[in-house]
Amino acid sequence: MNSIAGTARLPSSRRFTDRVGDRVLFGLTALASLIAVVVIALVIYQIVHGAVPAMSKYGVGFLFHDTWNGSTIFGGGATIFGTLVTSAGALLIAAPLGIAIGLYLSQLTSPRTAAVIGPLVELLAAVPSVIIGLWGIVVLAPIMRSTIEPALHNVLGFIPLFGSPSLSGSGIFTAIVILAIMALPIIAAITRDLFLTVPSELKDGALALGATRWEMVRGVVLGSMRPGIASACILGAARALGEAIAVLQVIGFVFQAHANLFDNGSTLAATLANDATSNNTTLETASVFYLGVILLGIELLVNLAAQAIVRHYRLPSATGGPTQKIVDVSAAATALDVEM
Amino acid sequence: MASVDYSGPLTPTGNLRRRRVVDRLARGSATAAAVLAVAILLIFIYSIVQHGASVISLSFLTKNPLETFSVSGNAPVGGIGNAIVGSLLIVAIGTAIALPIGVLIALFLTEFASPRWAGPVRLALDLLYGLPSIVIALFLYGLLVVGHGQAGVYASLALAIIMVPLIARTTGESLGLVPKELRDASLALGISRWRTTVGLTIPSAFGGIVTGTVLAVARAAGETAPVLLLSSLANPTQTSGSVFSQPLNNLPYDIYNFSVEGGATNFAKAWGAALVLVTFVLVANFTARALHARSRRMMSR
Amino acid sequence: MDESPAEVDVTMSQVAAPLAIEVQEASENDAATGEVVFDLHDVNVYYGQALAVAGVSLEIYKNHITAMIGPSGCGKSTIVRSLNRMNDSVSGFRLTGECTYHGNDLYASGVDPVEVRRRIGMVFQRPNPFPKSIYDNIAWAPRILGLKENLDERVEKALRGAAIWDEVKDRLKTSALGLSGGQQQRLCIARSIAIEPDVLLLDEPCSSLDPISTASVEDLMQELKRDYTIVIVTHNMQQAARVAERTAFFSLDVSEGRRTGILVEYDETSKLFTRPTDKRTEDYVTGRFG
Repeated sequence: MNSIAGTARLPSSRRFTDRVGDRVLFGLTALASLIAVVVIALVIYQIVHGAVPAMSKYGVGFLFHDTWNGSTIFGGGATIFGTLVTSAGALLIAAPLGIAIGLYLSQLTSPRTAAVIGPLVELLAAVPSVIIGLWGIVVLAPIMRSTIEPALHNVLGFIPLFGSPSLSGSGIFTAIVILAIMALPIIAAITRDLFLTVPSELKDGALALGATRWEMVRGVVLGSMRPGIASACILGAARALGEAIAVLQVIGFVFQAHANLFDNGSTLAATLANDATSNNTTLETASVFYLGVILLGIELLVNLAAQAIVRHYRLPSATGGPTQKIVDVSAAATALDVEM
Repeated sequence: MASVDYSGPLTPTGNLRRRRVVDRLARGSATAAAVLAVAILLIFIYSIVQHGASVISLSFLTKNPLETFSVSGNAPVGGIGNAIVGSLLIVAIGTAIALPIGVLIALFLTEFASPRWAGPVRLALDLLYGLPSIVIALFLYGLLVVGHGQAGVYASLALAIIMVPLIARTTGESLGLVPKELRDASLALGISRWRTTVGLTIPSAFGGIVTGTVLAVARAAGETAPVLLLSSLANPTQTSGSVFSQPLNNLPYDIYNFSVEGGATNFAKAWGAALVLVTFVLVANFTARALHARSRRMMSR
Repeated sequence: MDESPAEVDVTMSQVAAPLAIEVQEASENDAATGEVVFDLHDVNVYYGQALAVAGVSLEIYKNHITAMIGPSGCGKSTIVRSLNRMNDSVSGFRLTGECTYHGNDLYASGVDPVEVRRRIGMVFQRPNPFPKSIYDNIAWAPRILGLKENLDERVEKALRGAAIWDEVKDRLKTSALGLSGGQQQRLCIARSIAIEPDVLLLDEPCSSLDPISTASVEDLMQELKRDYTIVIVTHNMQQAARVAERTAFFSLDVSEGRRTGILVEYDETSKLFTRPTDKRTEDYVTGRFG
């Protein structure tokens, strides 16, 4: 339809290839898009399908049952507990630090400094998790065992969370630190992007009233961006919830639910990585898939929630993730540099 | 008329001295947080180089795990040659699948789709982006490995699923930057849509496509969960050839495996492999950044 | 710890009001004898290497409205933003020359820009109410400054002072973003006067308003100058003629391949518009240029 003006002058063979070409191009792009939709549907179907034997045997009780005895009885309670504890702990550490970095990069330092520091923070997100896990085993765990855990135990030992330090340095607390390091650059990059959208008029308005920069940030930037900050934290938590490998490397994998953060544990994602291939029995494989259903459900829910917040408050898309957005943001920061 | 003597010196009055302390503390904390993040990155890099550099040698990079050789007085170790080859093959095939699909989806969203169709596709991309790689791995494990056994190409498929939303997003962003007038001008000249797209739109967005692909490759190269479930039971001496029917050894799995087996020799090999992988990832990220800056400059001209 | 000065503050302002009127009358009789608030001598502003404004010297008098006019890019906004250090955050900004406020050098090393802005308020080109309630827009700055006593009265006084009280008194808890543009701008003025500054800098405050809102803001300025010294940047010559005692005409020097703002002429408004001494001023005010 867009070639009406030109058709009369074109030879018919060209017109034919054009018509076919347009259709082929449209068909290919539509097919590729269909693949994306189908893959998501297939993922959900396949994982639920794999879990059916365990779902029909254990029902909802699986969620609360914390025995996983390796051959006959399987329950997801301990891993769900471990997932929630590690992710919550990681978020507790990463959220304030990440938001602080977001503020530093967007409000508290010069665009020139931000253009150097910002990309470095984002590079942290690019380090493969298996390498962070290796670092956790070789470098972090000994420090945890010899220094950090005993210190926390001595000071806060009256709280059951800070029980006797682990013998190896691996455990839930080490996993929390590793996951916090992974969630940190995500929260930092998303909140930085978010805070850069605060109109300079608002910031000037606050400063012109005799507010300090921090008062301006607290009153105008943080005040108006709460939903976006929440969605950034949710996406940071999503990263922690889904991390399998690094957790498996440092958590001292064992199925148990307990209060002591310094003891070993397990998470949903780590169990998938550890047990999927060990398929001793059909029921065990199905139980692993049941854990997969739970993790998939949590992740879909969490991502949809973050998106809903972004859409509801018309925030800049936060789902791009750091590695993708980085570049645009440093450019935006440079653009803030006044050219005169 | 107010609490302030306006003609007095312009130094803090009222509660400003206290507010200045709070201001300084808050800004100091934020700066400390940023310094901490950069410090963590530098500590990672330092640890990897410190432990890994001494392991790296031509033999380490080219020999397979069973061809042992000795490293400066330490116990003899095997190489990671087959892991490097395996990683290259798995990632290359994954990229070959993901690149066209990602670009085509981006084209669909920017050139063809009505909001009604764009919605579900965008949602699917966002959900794919948010899926943990272990879930994608488990999906393909249930779909393909149960019954057929592992194969390198299955890991490629998983990496492709991880890469598609990354490539589609960056491509979409740079397609969005191609001026609409440019496309309209071409269409108004009677040039068909596919010729306009292939001859004009895609070349204009080329920088973005390359940037997105390089970032996606960097991300995929380090993904461990998919290779653990889909391509981990490799014959250690195998270097190539059977990617479509057999599991291939690869860098992330090597690092994982050596790290959990433990012991000085294994840790040394893990650090060596980590150095190779992280060098690749960092170089790819810097390249992507440079490419992005360059294509942005060319776009704005 | 800061509550007691706030109390003093309220009582003193009530006492001071009649005095302010006398000053105002005196100043109308003889402008040149008014107290000097700002004294600029040979001020140059640079952005990086570029000289943005050159050689500005002028005095701004207490309880006067001083207007700054001129074509766009002539540096009038730059100068007015330099008066309360709002340009500090612009990278590459640098100011040379003397720029004093009540005899204190604004750019001396010990000066706290936050303290400067607490004394010298500013209202911007586009109304910029905070995304908070009307009440909180006004109360925000008094709260952080520790002026928490009688906060409700302070808010009411500020809103009355900005001639917007009657329009908003029944919806103080609703969002300020629901107000019209003219109301928002008066709210921003109320926000500034709630902390009782000495000076109000108005940077093209009416450029995004309709004529009726503009008239209400102009009326308001006449009220405000009893208590405040006002500097207004405007691109609208008629506005300057209507409201200001004194007017500064800025222009753009494009010689030698540079674009630098310069102060061409500064005088009583009536004189500047009727008997300008500079040809460029005459061309501008008679509409032959710009």
